[in-house]
Amino acid sequence: MAFTIQFVIDVLSLGGAYALMALGLVIIYGILRLVNFAYGELIMVAGYTMYLSSGSGLPWLVMAALAVAMAVLFGILTDYAAFRPVRAKSVTAVLITSFAFSNLLQNAALLFISPRPRNVPLPDIFSQTVSIGGAITPVRNLITIAASIVLLAAVAFLMRRTTLGIAMRAAATNFTMARMLGVPANLIISSAFALSGFLAGVVGILWIGRIGTVVPGVGLEPLLVAFIATVIGGMRSLPGAVVGGFLLALIDTTLNYTLSQDLLKFRDAFTFSLVILILLWRPQGLIKGPASGQRT
Amino acid sequence: MLEITGLSVNYGTIRAVRGISLTVARGELVSLLGANGAGKSSTIKCIAGALKAAGGTITLEGRDITAANPEQVIRAGLATVPETRDVFPDLTVAENLMLGAYIHRRDQAGNRQNLERLHTLFPRLAERSNQPAGTLSGGEQQMLVIARALMARPRVLLLDEPSLGLAPAIVERIFEMIETLKKSGLTILLVEQNVNQALSIADRAYVMRLGAIVASGTAEEIRSGSDLSAHYLGG
Repeated sequence: MAFTIQFVIDVLSLGGAYALMALGLVIIYGILRLVNFAYGELIMVAGYTMYLSSGSGLPWLVMAALAVAMAVLFGILTDYAAFRPVRAKSVTAVLITSFAFSNLLQNAALLFISPRPRNVPLPDIFSQTVSIGGAITPVRNLITIAASIVLLAAVAFLMRRTTLGIAMRAAATNFTMARMLGVPANLIISSAFALSGFLAGVVGILWIGRIGTVVPGVGLEPLLVAFIATVIGGMRSLPGAVVGGFLLALIDTTLNYTLSQDLLKFRDAFTFSLVILILLWRPQGLIKGPASGQRT
Repeated sequence: MLEITGLSVNYGTIRAVRGISLTVARGELVSLLGANGAGKSSTIKCIAGALKAAGGTITLEGRDITAANPEQVIRAGLATVPETRDVFPDLTVAENLMLGAYIHRRDQAGNRQNLERLHTLFPRLAERSNQPAGTLSGGEQQMLVIARALMARPRVLLLDEPSLGLAPAIVERIFEMIETLKKSGLTILLVEQNVNQALSIADRAYVMRLGAIVASGTAEEIRSGSDLSAHYLGG
């Protein structure tokens, strides 16, 4: 029983984080048909904002809010720096500019802060554990689960109930038609980047909360995870990204529990083999996105 | 109302529209006819702001909208129904219509009124309000796209081949509806391949061939012009 509870909490907390990461990536991809390779650096930005504000004596929640705000800001900045100037011209160009922006941010962190891990302030609650039905669980896992439930619900509400969200979904299917109805392209794209940055910021805090430190390359793993989760779930479907995130977490956690110590270091190889099998079975991903739609 | 002078549209080196001029007066229904590839849809897309003009000017009520982007064109009072019948398939009928009123989103009361009026004009859409638009039949989707364009309360409506790929009975109804819209005072530019039906409701017509206008006049003049089929068949 305790084992089951432990397992479920592990899957849900890891899956919640993965799902939020994937959602942040797929929101941009859905509208622009372009992967934002600088996405992982938004997580890095959130981490370093926490580190830099650690000496300020601000309450932790204020620092966290500041970190999320910076991630949002850098999300919008990604649009202006890497996407907007070349968006209409060439996919290849955007691919390169978003890589370049990612590198630029990483190297800025290397140069101006440090290549060495920096401590991120975390409230005590992040390192405490509780016992649920006999299973000893870190509280941060429960926080991650709660945060992902709240955020997934908030994103679902935004996308289904608000004019902006519905306009974003429309733009994801047919951008030109949405514009012909008067939906301003730049507003939609900036909102998508802001939302993506917001998700990255929150995930960043939760993610870095697991490790406790931030390094310039901290965004690589979340980007990879988000990318794989969206590929499994279906590149253009928001529910798909969430499903993909949880599925990937299920695979990872199951392997963590079942693989022997010697094999555990090859966990990623097992994970990716399973991902390949899933894609052979459903090359378009588990959930098909909205029909049609051309790149704009 | 809508005035186009010397408009050219290019796709790379291909010249799709070669310096055409046409006018649509207030309350008029003007039809733009021509075979596939004559440049009709390119003209429409260019007016709508979805394609850049290579030359010429487009003015709407005296305002130059040649370089306007799509979101500016609709705000200027010109709505477009593209031939590709672009409903947002995973959005419900109600959400599609709501987006049609995007530029009036602050005026909730006016939108509700407008929606009621459209629901009486298209009762099917009221019935299917909560259904994803992708599950509608072709004819219903066409009605939805037209209704959605009308939610923007345009003064000029561009209709690109509303009869394309629809059953004759439905085409009949769509044309009846276009007549109703015309009677309500809406200025309409109708692109059609269905010549007879288009001419039966149009005041005037232009015939395009290979990117140029080859004939123009009142609907009767065009109908009696013996060379119409030649323009279509490339004679």
